[in-house]
Amino acid sequence: MKSRYVITGFIALLAVAPLVLPTFQITLLNYIGMYALVVLGLVLLTGVGGMTSFGQAAFVGLGSYTSAYFTATQQFPVWLEWAAGSPWLALIAGVLLTTAVALILGALTLRLSGHYLPLGTIAWGISLYYLFGTMKNLGGHSGISDLPPISVFGFALEKNEEIYYLIWAILLLAVLITQNLLNSREGRAIRALKGGQLMAESMGVNTFRSKLIVFLISAVFAAVSGWLYAHAQRFVNPSPFGLHMGIDYLFMALIGGVANVWGALLGAGLLTMMKQWLQDILPFIFGDKGNYETIVFGLLIVFIMHKTPGGLWPILMHFVPASLKTKKKLLPAATDKHAAAPDLPRRTQPEKGDLILEARNVTRQFGGLVANKEMNLQVHAGEILALIGPNGAGKSTMFNQLSAVDTPTSGEVLFRGQSLKGISSRQVASLGMSRTFQHVKLLPTMTVLENVAIGAHLRGDRGIISSALHLERAQEASLLKEAERQLIRVGLGDYLYEEAGSLALGQQRILEIARALCADPCMLLLDEPAAGLRLKEKQALAELLDKLRSEGMAILLVEHDMDFVMNLVDRIVVMEFGEKIAEGLPQEIQTNPAVLEAYLGGAE
Amino acid sequence: MMTATTAEKTTAGELLLDIQDLHVSYGKVEAVSGVSLQVREGQIVTVIGPNGAGKTTLLSAAIGMLKSQGEVNFDGHLYINPDVEIMVGKGLGLVPEKRELFTTMTVEDNLLLGAFMRYRKGDGSYESTLAEVYSLFPRLWERRHQLAGTLSGGERQMLAIGRALMGKPRLLMLDEPSLGLAPLITREIFRIFADLRRQGVSILLVEQNARAALRVADYAYVLEGGNVAMQGNAADLANDPKVIEAYLGLASKHQELLSS
Amino acid sequence: MNFQIAVLLGQDGITNGAIYALLALSIILVFTVTRILLIPLGEFVTYGALTMAAFQSGRSTGVVWLLLIMIVIGCALDIRNLLKNGYDLRKVQWIILKLAYAGAMVALTQLLTLSEIPMFLQVILTMMLLVPVGPMMYRLFFQPIASAQPLVLLIVSIAVHVAMVGIGLLLFGPEGGRTQPFSDTVFRLGSVMLKSQTLWVIIVSIALIVFLFLAFERTLYGKALRATAVNRMGARLMGISPDFAGKATFALAAFIGVLSGILIAPITTLYFDSGFVISLKGFVGAIIGGLISYPLAAIGAVGVGLVEAFSMFWASDYKEVIVFTLIIPFLIWRSLTSHHVEDEE
Repeated sequence: MKSRYVITGFIALLAVAPLVLPTFQITLLNYIGMYALVVLGLVLLTGVGGMTSFGQAAFVGLGSYTSAYFTATQQFPVWLEWAAGSPWLALIAGVLLTTAVALILGALTLRLSGHYLPLGTIAWGISLYYLFGTMKNLGGHSGISDLPPISVFGFALEKNEEIYYLIWAILLLAVLITQNLLNSREGRAIRALKGGQLMAESMGVNTFRSKLIVFLISAVFAAVSGWLYAHAQRFVNPSPFGLHMGIDYLFMALIGGVANVWGALLGAGLLTMMKQWLQDILPFIFGDKGNYETIVFGLLIVFIMHKTPGGLWPILMHFVPASLKTKKKLLPAATDKHAAAPDLPRRTQPEKGDLILEARNVTRQFGGLVANKEMNLQVHAGEILALIGPNGAGKSTMFNQLSAVDTPTSGEVLFRGQSLKGISSRQVASLGMSRTFQHVKLLPTMTVLENVAIGAHLRGDRGIISSALHLERAQEASLLKEAERQLIRVGLGDYLYEEAGSLALGQQRILEIARALCADPCMLLLDEPAAGLRLKEKQALAELLDKLRSEGMAILLVEHDMDFVMNLVDRIVVMEFGEKIAEGLPQEIQTNPAVLEAYLGGAE
Repeated sequence: MMTATTAEKTTAGELLLDIQDLHVSYGKVEAVSGVSLQVREGQIVTVIGPNGAGKTTLLSAAIGMLKSQGEVNFDGHLYINPDVEIMVGKGLGLVPEKRELFTTMTVEDNLLLGAFMRYRKGDGSYESTLAEVYSLFPRLWERRHQLAGTLSGGERQMLAIGRALMGKPRLLMLDEPSLGLAPLITREIFRIFADLRRQGVSILLVEQNARAALRVADYAYVLEGGNVAMQGNAADLANDPKVIEAYLGLASKHQELLSS
Repeated sequence: MNFQIAVLLGQDGITNGAIYALLALSIILVFTVTRILLIPLGEFVTYGALTMAAFQSGRSTGVVWLLLIMIVIGCALDIRNLLKNGYDLRKVQWIILKLAYAGAMVALTQLLTLSEIPMFLQVILTMMLLVPVGPMMYRLFFQPIASAQPLVLLIVSIAVHVAMVGIGLLLFGPEGGRTQPFSDTVFRLGSVMLKSQTLWVIIVSIALIVFLFLAFERTLYGKALRATAVNRMGARLMGISPDFAGKATFALAAFIGVLSGILIAPITTLYFDSGFVISLKGFVGAIIGGLISYPLAAIGAVGVGLVEAFSMFWASDYKEVIVFTLIIPFLIWRSLTSHHVEDEE
């Protein structure tokens, strides 16, 4: 609640600033606002989505130059003349153009892993910059001047004090939209990009689409900032859109705190003020003029990356008294709010005893190594099947074949009668198969509730725009209600708003099961669910699985812990050296000589 | 297989590795919580326990691959949060679970790199160690010009062990050496442990193949949930119903097997 | 375009391409061993060229003070670590050695009349001043965060580059620098003129590549660096410390960068901020090699040089645009060949 007062106070201060501050300071605030808009996009892209771009300045340039071209060059073909001269039409054109360029660049580079994206952004950032400088009808290096001011309801924003309000209104709107978006079904998918892509895909999230979305949003923010810049300056030339600015934007994001929306404002503010201040001070130290502030900035960034890679915002928040902080705003957060939400529709569940999953002669070869050989198994609704075997027996490979992460070299896997050949792990999720991971994959800084809600991704359908405008609250409430229901079902009802990373390992594994259940599956695939658990936790897990079985769930678990398996499951398949060496009831397996040989070891 | 004679088993020398109250955490999850463990000179000690019990973490922390809290005493020196470079230089070797070979380099280069610390310190005698390793693993000699990535599973394990031996370790730690290996090869690898001990190399062995490990070892620790759940002479533990129960869930059958 | 122009452009292209190839090789070397994209590599090129130019024009250069400051801070950090982790004779010896080296360099640059010593001594002195900046850079900026995420390493790399450009301005001023050619001879092959500096560049580049090949194939230290690139974990277990590997590769990269700068200084006028674009062209080559393959990167880099030279003739305004859009087909190709979802650590 109280943070709302802080924000209201902040807006009030912004509103009166032009009345009390000298023009110079307002100009500075204008810059900060425009930079912060770009940096906000970077926070989304880099801090939240885990992608790095050095090319944001080029998008700013696209926005700027489009508007300058539309409003000040008079070079239009006749059929477009009606559009000339209006900054607002130019804004639309700039946003469309930027979106188109970003779509192409994104499609080219976002699938690439690791360093190709930042290197790619450097390359096209530079290319666009040189292009601005060399295209004759864009005025070359001298640029385009005499841009008209932006008019709002017939009132021309000519002075810095006037456009100031537009800049900050747009920035605050962008902050609001960003926060809304992050706090939604689409937002959870975006937040999963950083370190949770494999998990998100298995929950049915199209991670490439999420990447492209944040990339487009960040590009559009930059283009809008460029549009403001062009009409605040009333003049454009290539120099503010070069790579050095692209780097500066990234520095701003990092100084402020790349993972936080408000870090964008802090970073833009700090860097702009410091630059101003250093440009005044440094010439006295070094004797002559030059861009010596870059030395300070460079070293400062190194220092921040060494000491606090999360930027200064988290440090700032550290000093804020706890009473001023609100728990992460997770609308609709309070339990009673989504209690009234309608339940999500459920898929038709199979009858107990129906055949759910079947592997037929599955063989998987890696080069000369045969990891799985002629594997057959079946899982029915209301049954727990365990796949066991010594380490290195090929269980994980088999698990990957069954969950469509990998495709068999020969043979096939059928899920509810449908072959999984050519089906991605994402599509499998929509068919009703849900999985957990051997090494727990959750997003440690997100709440338990949000983590589990990712599991329900495919049960919602509202997109980016309704998320950004929070028009999807009814569905969001249903999704969170479902997540909460599953958490209560597995016994984690007391931890809804804890950070997932703060749970014990056993609870994290249970959380993964809740997340899987959230997808309304008819089959669960569990990869070593008992690994690393203490005795009590194992018992709790066994009880949960027993309960799910009695409700008709088909469960397959890969496990190393025989003790856990023997007392829980209905049937066991034993693997060694990639092959099935035995199958049967637990008692049969315990007395099977081949199994004894495998487990008691070959060193007899 | 031929087990080491009782006489060999009891000649335990000075304390070589002495870990006291070691804690290792991954973020907020503590994987090893307060483990104490000793290896005496000339001993084979094994650590067994279920997956996720913290066995691999324990070895990694002991050699300094992971940050830890607690004491690691090696060869009479105390190390807190040890440094890999120093530990390797002092004669601690680790054969990791995933082997971590230099797959695009030749077998011989892999072995030579095992002696990197000795070379750096100006110890030229690693050439003779190379000959010893080749005589221990004739298969590696045959394949010395082949890339490590082209070796079979068993040969890779031999190379990993050979590479570690090139550093002339006083204590060799092995993580799941039988992993994914056929019984015949496992047997051969275990035979080599006994040979090595005869040559004065002490061994700390983490194994899921509990039975084989308990046979070759003098002393054993059972790790569960990051703690030492049981410890004792390997022979005693091998007959302990609780160990059998925990590992195999096959208590009754196991008794038959022992008596057979 | 007639034959003679083509030959001339080809010469320019190959000369620049050879330099880009050297840079691309060091980029891949540093990247595979340390996971760092060495953006400041270009600054070694400009520092090398401008230091030589400063020597020859008789201007004083502050490069030695940069080296001194870096070494002093590095030693201070080493001493702090020693106090924390306990005494180690070898490390103490190293500290003394480094400080003595810095002192000797200060003395040399202050006592010698640099514009009058023979050129090859100028080259050697430039090397002695600048190559140690490489490992010191690693020590100060990268070693403390060696295990950080790739993004953090990249940001620090960019930040170091930004700072180095500013320092370059401080050390060399805004004026460009150009040096005398190694020799004035011009070779004629029929109607074709070959500039001797072109030959120098090509010969030195090839010699360097052969030297690097031998060093990495035949010596245990070279193998140790390769091992680190192949399997970091395995290398650490052999006692090949990431600190050692990092400093060694940075030293090599600095050596190659500075040498490149010295080689092209007689051909091109370089400014304090020219390094970035030069190293980026090396990066284009490295990307063509997938950041892994040395031969592909070298070929790609020579290609970059040629494309650059010929686009200078046909569309000089769009030269840089053409060069940097060269990577797009390679990015598409990479994009099409890697389609699985991975979590980046």
